[in-house]
Order: sequence, then C-alpha cells, then structure tokens
Amino acid sequence: MQVTWKPTIVAFCCNWCSYAGADLSGTNRLQYPANVKIIRIPCSCRLNPMFILRAFQKGADGVILCGCHPGDCHYTTGNYYARRRMTLLFSMLDFLGIEKGRTRVEWVSAAEGAKFAATMNEFVKTITELGENRRLEDLRCKE
Amino acid sequence: MQGVKEKALELLASGKAQRVLGWKTGEFFYDLTPGVFESAEEVEREFEYGVFAGANLSKYCIAESKKDGVTAVFLKPCDAYSFVQLLKEYKVKREKFYIVGVQCDGMCDMEKIRAAGISGATAVSEDGDTLKISTIYGEETMKKSDALLLKCKTCKSKKLVIFDELLGEQGEDCPESHRFDEVERLERLSPEERFSFWRGELSRCIRCNACRNVCPACTCETCVFDNHNLGTDNKAAASDFEENFFHIIRAFHVTSRCTDCGECSRVCPQHIPLHLLNRKFIKDTNELYGAYQAGADLESRPPLMDFRKDDCEPSVVYERGGAKG
Repeated sequence: MQVTWKPTIVAFCCNWCSYAGADLSGTNRLQYPANVKIIRIPCSCRLNPMFILRAFQKGADGVILCGCHPGDCHYTTGNYYARRRMTLLFSMLDFLGIEKGRTRVEWVSAAEGAKFAATMNEFVKTITELGENRRLEDLRCKE
Repeated sequence: MQGVKEKALELLASGKAQRVLGWKTGEFFYDLTPGVFESAEEVEREFEYGVFAGANLSKYCIAESKKDGVTAVFLKPCDAYSFVQLLKEYKVKREKFYIVGVQCDGMCDMEKIRAAGISGATAVSEDGDTLKISTIYGEETMKKSDALLLKCKTCKSKKLVIFDELLGEQGEDCPESHRFDEVERLERLSPEERFSFWRGELSRCIRCNACRNVCPACTCETCVFDNHNLGTDNKAAASDFEENFFHIIRAFHVTSRCTDCGECSRVCPQHIPLHLLNRKFIKDTNELYGAYQAGADLESRPPLMDFRKDDCEPSVVYERGGAKG
C-alpha cells in the first residue's frame, strides 16, 4: 500500500486583509488544499519569529505569512516592520541551512480571494516537492 | 596599559566616584571577572587589569545605575559602544557614571596560549607585541597577535565613543577588520554543508545561558526563555532543533542592537562561534538597509525599529548570494 504524504502548512493571516481574503476565496468556491491551517493574527507585524520556528518544531512543513499590501496596513505601518523582520529571519534560516522554500511572505488583500487560493495551491505544491521537514523538527514538541 | 588601578584609587580618593566598576582576579589569574570596589583597600587588594580583561563592563552598569552616587567605570572601545546602546535604550543613566575610556590593543585568551603548547602558566604580561609568560617550567614568550581573543582578532573599532576621561590615545575605526569573512565563507557553502556545520556547533550547547546573561543587549527583566510553560528551557537529550531555536531567537532579539562586542563567544564554555549568528544579522542589515553600527551614536534609528517604503521584499533572500537551496 502506498501512503501519500501530505504536507502540513501553517498560514498566519492578518485579520484585516488576508483572513478576509481567505473567506472570500471560500465564498467564491475557489479550491485550495485542506492541509493549509490558517491562524488569524491582528496584523502581520504581530508575528513573532518564535511562532514560525515553533510551528516548524511542532511539525509544520511550511509556514506562510499573509498580510496587507505595504502601504495598506490597518495600523498604518505594521507590515513595513514585519517585512524587515521576516527578511532577516528568512536569511538567518537560510544561513543555518534550512531549505529556502519553506518560508514565505505574501501580501493578499481582502479583495484578492483568487490570489489567496492561487498562493496556497502553489505553496503546497512547493512544499510537497521539498518533502517532509526534517531539519527543523523537535521530537520533544511532537505528540 | 599602566595606570588603570592608579586611576581607580585616584577617583575614589578624590570623591569623584563613590565606587569603581572594574576587573578583579577570579578563580585563576587569567579569568578576570567584573568587580565593584567601594574602598581603596578593596582596590589595592583585588583590582586587576591586564591582558585578560576581556570582560565587557557595560552590562554591569545597569545594576550600578540604580545605586546612589556616581560609579566610575572603565570602558574599552567595544564596551563603550555597548554603553551608548544602553543609554539609547534608557537602561543606564549618564549622570550616574564617570567613564574612564581605556584604549585597548586586544585582549588575550588563555586557551590560545595553551594551544601554543605553553602549559603551567603562572603569570602573563605584555611587552609591546610580545607576551611574556612565566610558567612553572620557566619563562616563555609568544606573539600577542597569536593569543588574541576571537573578538579582538577582528576588532571593528578602537574609537571610544563615550568617555569623561581617556587613558591612552583616542583610536579610529578599523575598516579592514575582516569580521565578516567567516560569515561569507559559510554563505558560500551549500545548504547541506551549512546545516551540518550548525548542527555540529549548536548541538554542543548545554543551555547554560551564559551567552544570554553576559550580553549587554539582552536586558529584559524577564526573558522569554525563562518561561517554563514553553517546555524547552532545558537541554534536549538528542540532537534536535531546540538549540537552533534558542540561538536564532537569542540573536534575533538583539538584531540591530548588537554592537558586535563578541562577549557571547568569549563566555561560551563549549566554544560555539555564536558571534557568527549576530554578525550574519549585522551583515544583512548593512547590506539591505544601509550600514549601521549599534551604539555609535544616540540619535540614529536601529534598522528593525525603522522602515522605508521601498524596502526589499522577503523573497530577496531566495535570490541573493550564497549557494542556492
């Protein structure tokens, strides 16, 4: 029997845009894989780098942050800060030898339901090709 | 450097300072540790300055800042950067300190002396570029440049950015420090090689938290890693991601505030090159957001507390330098 492995994706979505964008893609009946787990955050800038690493430790295979387009932040400037932080964090993960494709930032507005679904489809495809996350897992954190 | 101890005595006697923050001999003659001296007798008995005074005293200023009166503190160039950074973050009060800037031409590492095959050392003194080492087997000499601490080998600046009084000459930045060379070497490796390098280094971590405790930029009253509910405040038995997690976050939390004083690597009992993580962040911020030196002044905004509308997107990481993964 062949077991087909499916990746676990954690998507951190900003309450004011991407979360609504995910909703819109649902009401529009656009399909995206069910292994994307959405976590709602008040702003992309709320994403503590620890959350990302923790998601990986607990068994996520890919983590994506979706926020408002730069300039459209509900709190005016939150995503500008998030952008710098994520750039540096991703660069550090790369420096430590973690596969580059496992983390991503995408700007998705509340009106971009189609973009949300397309992004998720593409991200799941990338992660499926990368395979299981072995380099960042933490056995003690798993059930 | 002569005159440091004398200066401590003079400052106490003149009443300019109520106490002196300096160095004293620890368990061995080569582990000078920070110490607070309140009387001339204490200074006479314990104060010590020499080629092993690598400890950065800035972090201890946070505690001294809460005491009454003025504390005289000795700061080497790299410590002065840390002090300015603490001032910038309102962690120390300027008026509570009388700063004696001490010019420094590098501090030594006992391990390096041992590695050169000199054992049984009982005293070390410097004479220009030469170290004179008295051992139980007789006198030995070695070049000082071979015995320097890792952080001193790639010294970024000999400029004292803050002082009330100066011992020695004011120095200059060292643009030819080559401090990013090792980071660049790692960047050129393949992701697999980098992963096994860091797994090898970081899995030696015993989570003693020395790197965190010594860091002048780590000044939170309660650290996120002191949270027992996290379930990861101890060492994992297997080689696991936990050490990476701790060290990534430790370095990330001081990004754009780290002055690159190198204390983390100096105190690591496992000799993990932790400063490379900090330097990677410094190198990235310099390249992506413009050159920035934490602690160089009080006015500039740290890169992570600032932004530009035309900053690069995080996807830039997938395209730039190093081996592709």
